[in-house]
Amino acid sequence: MKLSPKKLTWQIVLYAVLIVLAVIYIYPFLVQVATSFKTDEEAASSGISLIPEVWSFAAYERLFARSDFPSWFVNSAIVTVFVTIGRVFFNSLAGYALARLRFRGRGVVFAALVAVMSVPTVVLLIPKFLVINQLGMFNSYAGMILPLLVDAAGVFIMKNFFESIPESVEEQARIDGAGTFRIFWSVVLPMATPALVTIVILSFQGSWNELSHFIVSTNDPALTTLTKGVASLASGQLSQGTQYPLKLAAALIMTIPVAVMFFVFQRRIMNSTEGAVKE
Amino acid sequence: MAQRSTPRRGGASGLRRGEAAAGWLFTAPVIAILGVFLLVPVLMALWVSMSDWAGRGSPLSGSVSFVGGENYSAVLADGGLATKDFGTALRNNAWYVLLVVPLQTALALFLAVLVNRAMLRGRGFFRTAYYFPSVTSSVAITVLWLFLFSASGAVNDVLSWFGINGPNWFNDPRGILQLLLGAFGVESGPGALTQSGALGISWWDWLAGPSVAMSAFILMAVFTTSGTFMLIFLAGLQNLGGDVDEAAMMDGANGWQRFWRITLPQLRPTLFTVLTLGLIGCWQVFDQIYTGTRGAPSKTTLTPAYLSYQTAFTNQEWGQGAAIAFILFLIIVVFTLLQRWVLRDKPVSRRRIRAYEVVGEGKSS
Repeated sequence: MKLSPKKLTWQIVLYAVLIVLAVIYIYPFLVQVATSFKTDEEAASSGISLIPEVWSFAAYERLFARSDFPSWFVNSAIVTVFVTIGRVFFNSLAGYALARLRFRGRGVVFAALVAVMSVPTVVLLIPKFLVINQLGMFNSYAGMILPLLVDAAGVFIMKNFFESIPESVEEQARIDGAGTFRIFWSVVLPMATPALVTIVILSFQGSWNELSHFIVSTNDPALTTLTKGVASLASGQLSQGTQYPLKLAAALIMTIPVAVMFFVFQRRIMNSTEGAVKE
Repeated sequence: MAQRSTPRRGGASGLRRGEAAAGWLFTAPVIAILGVFLLVPVLMALWVSMSDWAGRGSPLSGSVSFVGGENYSAVLADGGLATKDFGTALRNNAWYVLLVVPLQTALALFLAVLVNRAMLRGRGFFRTAYYFPSVTSSVAITVLWLFLFSASGAVNDVLSWFGINGPNWFNDPRGILQLLLGAFGVESGPGALTQSGALGISWWDWLAGPSVAMSAFILMAVFTTSGTFMLIFLAGLQNLGGDVDEAAMMDGANGWQRFWRITLPQLRPTLFTVLTLGLIGCWQVFDQIYTGTRGAPSKTTLTPAYLSYQTAFTNQEWGQGAAIAFILFLIIVVFTLLQRWVLRDKPVSRRRIRAYEVVGEGKSS
């Protein structure tokens, strides 16, 4: 296909704009990787170069061998695993009930969920602390995990998905004498894999990146998560001077799990955002 | 939402009773957890916001007493330090909203339109590149931002290529509008603006614009959220049928006209979603401030969300902290309603209808 000169110019401009923008979006992360391997002096003096003049692994050595970083990582992993499992199970149970089971009060439950979704999370900081404290869960894994264990948005995603599955599938199982939980567990749930993957991605990302909830539910250093720990690094703990390589290395390692998740499920993530909006 | 298909049941009321029990059982965990960790907390905080609880013991114990609207008036009306801090936080966040929401929406739409081109090569790559910052946590991105915008950081390096001496971003409390006025020789405001004000802040300071430090946070917000909103716009664009666009093309409308007259009006529901999400998110700035600046320099990056946290957890003024949280909640609700009202489906004006009729007649004759 031959393009007219005018069209060709436009094409070139379009790609130039796209590429410049892509560089702006990606370059900061490349700088981050590069700087984490620089010495403190070099990081402080040259902010933009991508190749360290002297390769230094001091930041990583410090993080893994002489800091609480590994324990932060473990805490984040524990919370993320439990929250993700909990959300997959409880969100799909509730989503199924709201989509399929007929019971008095279903409308009220649904309306309450809508109301809950509209409460901004930041407003809940003090309230959550009050209840966690009152229940004696302050500084415990229970206080860190339980409040995150369900989310109204996830219930919606599951409900919408279950509504899209034809009911005839369940009829057959019902005729065969299967109970409600059995139908849910062995017939409907396996068909909901795409929606479940969405929930896994969202919960993983949400709980791994969560900060404010852990600030108000713990102050014990042994329960510090990655987000909280790295935030304390940023404001100067562990460090004299700027220590950019150390901070950037910590932030980088923290980003790796969500980045891996993103690249593995890339297609699904792009589509789930679309699906959530179509409704 | 898709129409709900009501289950068809064959008679047996025993089965239906079982179904009702199962319904409650299935939703019980969600109801219990949201009730205990969301509904009860809000009620408790409402009580604390009207009490003199100082953080010791339970706020429900007998030694805590009801003080009515005292905490609210300390924050909103007294004119003391609490009012001044709240005014400052509100000023900072208002500028943040005013700049971030339009910028991120426009950029996201721009990216979506570019990436949506049918003939584009490397579409997947560009989409991924623009979306990637949205995946990272606000803590990690703030750490990166503190480095990029440090005095000798990458951003100032780039600025120096153009002969610009970049500021020490996160340590610079000067308001950018006042800086701009300063460039024209205006160093102090007129008496009418400096003598009076609201919430303990003079009008001149309300109009100072975001500080240089806050501007760096504004750029960060645009950088991290434009990818998410780009995806939402892309979904909206892909849902549009091409036929209206094609008809317009037949009528000789150019690309620019087609975008403003055809595509954008059809994207209205998507635009509504993006603006709502943006507005709600922008009033809740917390993680970035906690990680990055804790309100410094000179309180110019203080936000109501962070102030509420600081007032309660650091200063142990729990009543005031909770009061700020509820005021913030109210602000978010009001803004959402306001925006819904502005973007409502307006009835077509008579003049418009007449204009259409004239065009229609002109065509048919």
